[in-house]
Amino acid sequence: MKKQALINYLLHLADNALILGQRNGKWCGHGPVLEQDIAITNISLDLIGQARNFYQYAAQLQGNNATEDTLAYLRDTREFKNCLLAEQLNGDWGQTVLRQFFFSSYQFQLYRQLLQSADSTIAAIAEKSLKEVIYHLRWSSEWVIRLGDGTDESHERMGKAINNLWMYTGEMFMPAEYELTLIADGIAADIKSMQPEWKQKIQEILNEATLPVPGDTVWMQTGGKEGRHTEQLGFILAELQFMQRAYPGMEW
Amino acid sequence: MLNVQWLTASPEEYVMSDITDISTQKIWSILEEVVDTEVPVLSIVDLGIVRSVITKEKLETGKPGTTEIIITPTYSGCPAMDVIRIQIRLTLLLHGYENIQVTTVLSPAWTTDWMSEAGKQKLKAYGIAPPNPSQQVCNTRLFAEEAIQCPLCNSYNTRRVSEFGSTACKSLHQCNDCHEPFDYFKCH
Repeated sequence: MKKQALINYLLHLADNALILGQRNGKWCGHGPVLEQDIAITNISLDLIGQARNFYQYAAQLQGNNATEDTLAYLRDTREFKNCLLAEQLNGDWGQTVLRQFFFSSYQFQLYRQLLQSADSTIAAIAEKSLKEVIYHLRWSSEWVIRLGDGTDESHERMGKAINNLWMYTGEMFMPAEYELTLIADGIAADIKSMQPEWKQKIQEILNEATLPVPGDTVWMQTGGKEGRHTEQLGFILAELQFMQRAYPGMEW
Repeated sequence: MLNVQWLTASPEEYVMSDITDISTQKIWSILEEVVDTEVPVLSIVDLGIVRSVITKEKLETGKPGTTEIIITPTYSGCPAMDVIRIQIRLTLLLHGYENIQVTTVLSPAWTTDWMSEAGKQKLKAYGIAPPNPSQQVCNTRLFAEEAIQCPLCNSYNTRRVSEFGSTACKSLHQCNDCHEPFDYFKCH
């Protein structure tokens, strides 16, 4: 039972990174300027690397010929446990950097806590990933400020982006069933306790960006961690998994 | 295979050879032939990717021992790591070693502080600014800029064009004096 909870938790962490990495990767060749095209794809690569680490560990625990590839390419939407925020549309550049900002500030807290995980593999992956997330957080914070406190148009677009994405931010701090047992054992991060500090960081940056901070009464969408996803995930997986599904076992 | 123990467990039938003996030193020098695919002037030893070399001899005569190379990745998603793993195996095979095991450890996490001085000199000669000591700038302060020296004209009058460069480990800068763009190996 506990082993299954751990596997589910690892898949959740991996899926978060993979799906957001996949979303960010879609900017490749389409970035607003070359250097930022490179930036978003670099972030994408870091995220996919994190996903690989978690998938490899999960596959090891699962046994039965599971590999990082079978886990990433052969599970369907109901089995994916990523937060809904990761699968939302890229939208315009403003929405993408805002999504990254919300997510990276969450990952920053998460990995900092996981450094203390009772599971040494998770702690090691967190130690590695935290260094990269610090860059992601800095980059996305700077962009939120640039665009929020930018032109009238960029300011307006950032406002719309906040409205689009805010309802998906609550889920990151609501533990799933499989997380509860692991939190008690000191393996998983106590995400609920992270929320105040996260909110503080968000306020700090949005204030500097002259953007409004949504109130606490906004209804939060949930379900991603349990496999209940928005329609977006289907399209993402259809693209991600097509080759493996069409040509099972294929390799480059 | 992900293995975060610093050393793998030794089964009873193996005897670990002395870490300072000639055989491990020889392997370290062979590993200098394995270069970073993106920055071929640097070897994986220069980069601090190789953490440990462990040779084990089987007590039963006539049977070969194992050679274990412990490496750590630079960045999580670094695509060169898979190639490097293969290269390590191939290079050792070409030198006549058998039973080679390459183990990846994630902890302690790789840092640019592990890059050798020789490595830094090679980077500069190649036209890439070597990393500053990490305690100087790995922080979350916004809009802050490190003082990076131009590897071509040595001026400190440089600016950062983008925090993310041609590979995960580099950022893009430009010198305001000689006007040449150059990559900086980011502190990590």
